[in-house]
Amino acid sequence: MNTTFIRKFFYGDIPDEKGGESSYEVKQDTTTWPLWEVFIRSKQGLDHKHAGSLHASDAKMAIENARDVYTRRMEGVSIWVVESKYIHATNPEEAGELFEPAEDKIYRHPTFYQLPDEVNKM
Amino acid sequence: MNKDKIDFVLSLADSSLILAQRNGEWCGHGPVLEQDIAITNITLDLIGQARCLYQYAADHINQSADQPVNPATEDSLAFLRTEREFKNCLLAEQSNGDWGQTILRQFFFSTYQYFLYQQLKDKGTDTTLSAIAEKSLKEITYHVRWSSEWVIRLGDGTEESKRRMEAGIENLWPYTGELFAPADYEEEMAIDFKTIKTKWAEKINSVLTEATLTHPDGGIFMHTGGKTGTHTEQLGYILAEMQYMQRAFPGCEW
Repeated sequence: MNTTFIRKFFYGDIPDEKGGESSYEVKQDTTTWPLWEVFIRSKQGLDHKHAGSLHASDAKMAIENARDVYTRRMEGVSIWVVESKYIHATNPEEAGELFEPAEDKIYRHPTFYQLPDEVNKM
Repeated sequence: MNKDKIDFVLSLADSSLILAQRNGEWCGHGPVLEQDIAITNITLDLIGQARCLYQYAADHINQSADQPVNPATEDSLAFLRTEREFKNCLLAEQSNGDWGQTILRQFFFSTYQYFLYQQLKDKGTDTTLSAIAEKSLKEITYHVRWSSEWVIRLGDGTEESKRRMEAGIENLWPYTGELFAPADYEEEMAIDFKTIKTKWAEKINSVLTEATLTHPDGGIFMHTGGKTGTHTEQLGYILAEMQYMQRAFPGCEW
């Protein structure tokens, strides 16, 4: 019996045949540059948010491309990039079993407790 | 501001504008989307520099004794001067060639601009010019970084990319000498071209070495004349395209 509940899925435009494969070794096509995911932290923001993706030959170029593509309109003060193949994603087809069980568990929200006044900042 | 100073400011503006016009030819034709955006970003930086400098020059042309009937504006300086009046360096007007040659042109130019603008910023006798230089330097620093990395990537890349870079150096090197040969109007500007040349050569050599490339040694013929209005045949075509609308429909706006 196949007991794999969560398999690795590649994120982004990784070739179809790679979808669902759990190998870390994505065969690199030498004629195109790998895909990178870009995370930008804005001036006001505390965290880096996913801004989009782009192609680049290496991390250095990915950061420069991200600077040119995603921060032209003063969107950011800090950039992270990570090669898309290193991002593991859930399989959309498994969304039901993964996420729907949480829908009727409203008691998991901490809204059923009477908080003492002293901790009203919580 | 005397005429020499105006000419000097115009020559800085012209070099930025003409190189921008050249780089702009890549718009929509870049090797990949991300680099298409990168080169057009650089183009817009250069146009921004040119605008500041033209506005500054126009103010002073209008204040000077031989005030023209039609006051000079940034637009009139860009779109209504003839080839012989343009004072850009010859390097800026050279054709794009392939991506490698475009990169090299940017690398040679931006590195020169970097050390020149450092002096303009630090001289401090002209606060407007040093403010323009300071603002531009942030952009130029990035242009140098971006182009250096491409030179290394292509020079130390495949056999073909290396061959193309070697051809690019051969084409462009004869236009690098002019950068350090002061034009008559530059003599009074208290710019130390010797220092710029030394620092430029250091930077160029270190990047080319990392890129496993070499450049011709001294003694090869260097073209000059751009800064005083004697251009290569390239500039006429650039101006024809760039100025066409204003020449055909004077005062046209959209």
